[in-house]
Amino acid sequence: MRRELVFAVPVAAQGMVMRILVPVKRVVDVNVRVRIRPDNAGVDLAAAKMALNPFDEIALEEALRLKEQGHASEVVAVSAGAKPTQDVLRTPLAMGADRAIHVDVAGSLEPLGVAKLLRSVALEEDASLVIMGKQSVDDEAGQVGQMLAALLDWPQATFACGVAVEGTAVVVTREVDGGTQVVKLPLPAVVTADLRLNEPRYASLPNIMRAKSKPLAIRPASAFNVDLTPRLAVLEVREPAGRPRGRVVESVGELAGILKRAIGPN
Amino acid sequence: MATLVLVEHDNTELNPMTNRAVAAAAALGQPVDCLVSGVDCRIVAEQASRLHGVRTVLLASAEGLRHGPAEAVARVVMTVAEKYDAIVAPASTGGKDSLPRVAALLDVTHVSNVTKIIDPWTFEHPIVAGNAIEVVRTTQAIRILTVRTSAFEPVQGGGDATIVEITPDLAGVKGVVVSANTVVSDRPELSGARVVVSGGRALASRENFERLLHPLADALGAALGASRAAVDAGFAPGDWQVGQTGKIVAPEVYIAIGISGAVQHLAGMKDAKLIIAINKDADAPIFDAADYGLVGDLFEIVPQLVSELALP
Ligand SMILES: Cc1cc2nc3c(=O)[nH]c(=O)nc-3n(C[C@H](O)[C@H](O)[C@H](O)COP(=O)(O)OP(=O)(O)OC[C@H]3O[C@@H](n4cnc5c(N)ncnc54)[C@H](O)[C@@H]3O)c2cc1C
Ligand SMILES: Nc1ncnc2c1ncn2[C@@H]1O[C@H](COP(=O)(O)O)[C@@H](O)[C@H]1O
Repeated sequence: MRRELVFAVPVAAQGMVMRILVPVKRVVDVNVRVRIRPDNAGVDLAAAKMALNPFDEIALEEALRLKEQGHASEVVAVSAGAKPTQDVLRTPLAMGADRAIHVDVAGSLEPLGVAKLLRSVALEEDASLVIMGKQSVDDEAGQVGQMLAALLDWPQATFACGVAVEGTAVVVTREVDGGTQVVKLPLPAVVTADLRLNEPRYASLPNIMRAKSKPLAIRPASAFNVDLTPRLAVLEVREPAGRPRGRVVESVGELAGILKRAIGPN
Repeated sequence: MATLVLVEHDNTELNPMTNRAVAAAAALGQPVDCLVSGVDCRIVAEQASRLHGVRTVLLASAEGLRHGPAEAVARVVMTVAEKYDAIVAPASTGGKDSLPRVAALLDVTHVSNVTKIIDPWTFEHPIVAGNAIEVVRTTQAIRILTVRTSAFEPVQGGGDATIVEITPDLAGVKGVVVSANTVVSDRPELSGARVVVSGGRALASRENFERLLHPLADALGAALGASRAAVDAGFAPGDWQVGQTGKIVAPEVYIAIGISGAVQHLAGMKDAKLIIAINKDADAPIFDAADYGLVGDLFEIVPQLVSELALP
């Protein structure tokens, strides 16, 4: 059944088999209050609940929609990290990705290292489109997509709030300072998802069960022969300075007075 | 060596974020040059040449640079990169788009959202929605930084840099900008505004945003902002979103109206000098961040506040 569906789509009819790669990251769940390690060496992840980076869920949803519209034949999720990364790779599979790749890395990763690994995976998988998050909510780098595009010498569209495939190009609406912008990129290309691109679907229970039998390949990072040496030393991670608790004012008049004093006579 | 700053502009005017990025660049302790890439934008290069402390302004003009797409900007930067061991841009959407691309082309690490330059190789920046401050030291000679402009005091004018035109080679750039939809507004720009009036989901409609918040912003000469919930619901344009994934602001006064104060929102405004919150829920987390709070119904409070402000 599945196979027939794939062959019925327009892209496949043109003889084009487009594979979409969706890089995803395991991060601290956005709903938990993060704690700093007592030795100030980092964020305390020991007991923290982990989840798929929210932007990556949006990226995955977009890839699935493109497949459903007949623009892609396969959606592959990939994540680099230590063993527990495999837990979060189950989410894309349950949402509808066809298969997943875990790039097994023991040490810490910087965005440039991740981009190098993803470059190898994108080439190996012969991906025509990479859709990923615009940033990870933990390190907030916002770098990997642009770096990956550079390493592949592919065009890029960051901060996407709209994606459409038109022939052999992707047309992306981007959220930028001051408004929006529409860009057209010939494929292959890299797109990074912003929050308003879509509302990701929930995985249904049957799909969660089915995901357990979908292929999850494990590849040691060493197989890709890229330089993952960290180039940054983390000297300290600490709490931001707090501010003293404020005061509740009793009347609008009092508030107006405070505002007038703060803003001054101009 | 020297530091190169990517100038933020719209081809006709230098964005004052640049003054702050130049200040951050100056903290690296070596000569500062500016790069203006755009089209027909000599006037911007002239403005940049007057920034205090700038040595040379490089001007690259081509149609393909009109909207500053990263792929093209990275090309321009690469043509001059060997003369610089530090490249700085504001953490605007433009800077965030271009600099990681440049960093990868140079095979160097990139530090985003720098809020403090401790020494020329050591930087501070917030992570996990501002819940932690990380101090990092690069082991590489070349430094590539986006800076949170709100964290740096702007350099003033008075400079007299020379302008040098460079010829961009954009052959082989694959992506094209088809159209740009820029919102024009008479209000101050959100990221640089002295006062910001921001509305949340509680405003309930775009009409209410206009009816209630516009008069307040007018009375205060303020820029308008919004929470993600308000933007998602279509009450305000995406460009107004304040927070972890929107704009980071640090105005003199930030007024949060009908905003609960989720960490992702606080990440975008908690460095404001004075924070005022109006919310009907006395337990809303925004009150923990606010200097002054008023508990009550915004639909009653805001019009009253506008009238009170009109009194001498
Ligand atoms: C990855 C990620 C990134 C995010 N990035 C951002 C971001 O950049 N910016 C951002 O803002 N959010 C962001 N969010 C969303 C954030 O978590 C919150 O959901 C959002 O900020 C809530 O918006 P709100 O305060 O307007 O709405 P709500 O949380 O619904 O709060 C509405 C408030 O209005 C009050 N209220 C209701 N009626 C009245 C009335 N009549 N008078 C006065 N007060 C009233 C209520 O008491 C309540 O406190 C992000 C979330 C995620 C997961
Ligand atoms: N370890 C990783 N494995 C796979 N993808 C990643 C990894 N880290 C980051 N990404 C992707 O890159 C995007 C941007 O991440 P960052 O540059 O770290 O903010 C994320 O939203 C993911 O899509």
